[in-house]
Amino acid sequence: MRYLTARKRAEGLGAAHTGTEHHWYMTVSAVGLALIVPIFLFVFGHTLGGTHEEVTQAFSHPAMAILTMLVLFVGLQHFRKGAQIMIEDYSRGITRKILIISATVLSYGMMATGLFAVLKIAL
Amino acid sequence: MVQLRLPKNSRMTAGKTWPKPEGATNVRKFQIYRWNPDDGENPRVDTYFVDMDDCGPMVLDALIYIKNKVDPTLTFRRSCREGICGSCAMNIDGINTLACIYGMDEIKGDVKIYPLPHMPVVKDLIPDLTHFYAQHASIMPWLETKTNRPAKEWKQSIEDRAKLDGLYECVMCASCSTACPSYWWNGDKYLGPAALLHAYRWIIDSRDEATGERLDDLEDPFKLYRCHTIMNCTKTCPKGLNPAKAIAEIKKMMLDRAV
Repeated sequence: MRYLTARKRAEGLGAAHTGTEHHWYMTVSAVGLALIVPIFLFVFGHTLGGTHEEVTQAFSHPAMAILTMLVLFVGLQHFRKGAQIMIEDYSRGITRKILIISATVLSYGMMATGLFAVLKIAL
Repeated sequence: MVQLRLPKNSRMTAGKTWPKPEGATNVRKFQIYRWNPDDGENPRVDTYFVDMDDCGPMVLDALIYIKNKVDPTLTFRRSCREGICGSCAMNIDGINTLACIYGMDEIKGDVKIYPLPHMPVVKDLIPDLTHFYAQHASIMPWLETKTNRPAKEWKQSIEDRAKLDGLYECVMCASCSTACPSYWWNGDKYLGPAALLHAYRWIIDSRDEATGERLDDLEDPFKLYRCHTIMNCTKTCPKGLNPAKAIAEIKKMMLDRAV
């Protein structure tokens, strides 16, 4: 039991003076993904059913490689920041911090793996 | 983590069914949440029957009928009876609204009445709004000026005054904030639609000179950016206001000064 006034509880630790950058990034990346993901899916769809050589040939083309890396980078950054929002919504305290770290590690891990794979095929 | 089940002492139990009014032919069934902090028992839902030929058209009329003629222990807030004071906000038929302006003809079947969701209950249909009011106070709901006070009055054009329409009418009934899942999960930090609507009301007031400070105080991942624009607040507002739009306008102003 803590004897805090209602106003003290409402004020808490004050404003963090952050959040706008996060909000803007999510807006910009959502617009970017809305443009590049359909193109990626269209091109990716054409490689389905092809032989291993045909697929590696397609992904070694500079345009396809750059598009794939963009989808990986922007998509996983969007995922990371979106996951952070969900984690902040539904968890608290140390659990929240551990989950945010986990989502960040997972995002950057998937991003690095994907970029490495594309570069290995393309270069 | 989020609690998906109510604590044991908050789970509902079967309540009492009160007798039907004698000789009444036009009777309506009401199921009302009851909880008394003094008896140590779990909350229950009591069933009442209201003689519709002896009762006004609004849900509040039925509650007053029950309190006066059936069960004087039923506890709820009410004052103006015309949607101005915001006292009688409660969850009726699954919707947060004001009992005094919600007609019983809008409800099909039995009338189910609960206190505003996800708030501590003081007794029966009365939620504890202490934190909600403190959050409202924290956004400084008054005119802040730095210029010396004018001899007569702070002037405002008709156009600037019109910008306050749709904002100043909020009666702080808490229907919107208690309909917002973000406020349910993070109400300790998230200001909620009502406080943010009031914050915007002062931010866009042409006479107010603390716009920057007000935006500074709101720029926070929890105070403001917990709003995910699901618009439950706008859907439920018994006064027909649009808190979601006010919050979106604040976000746009945050962007305008950053990007």
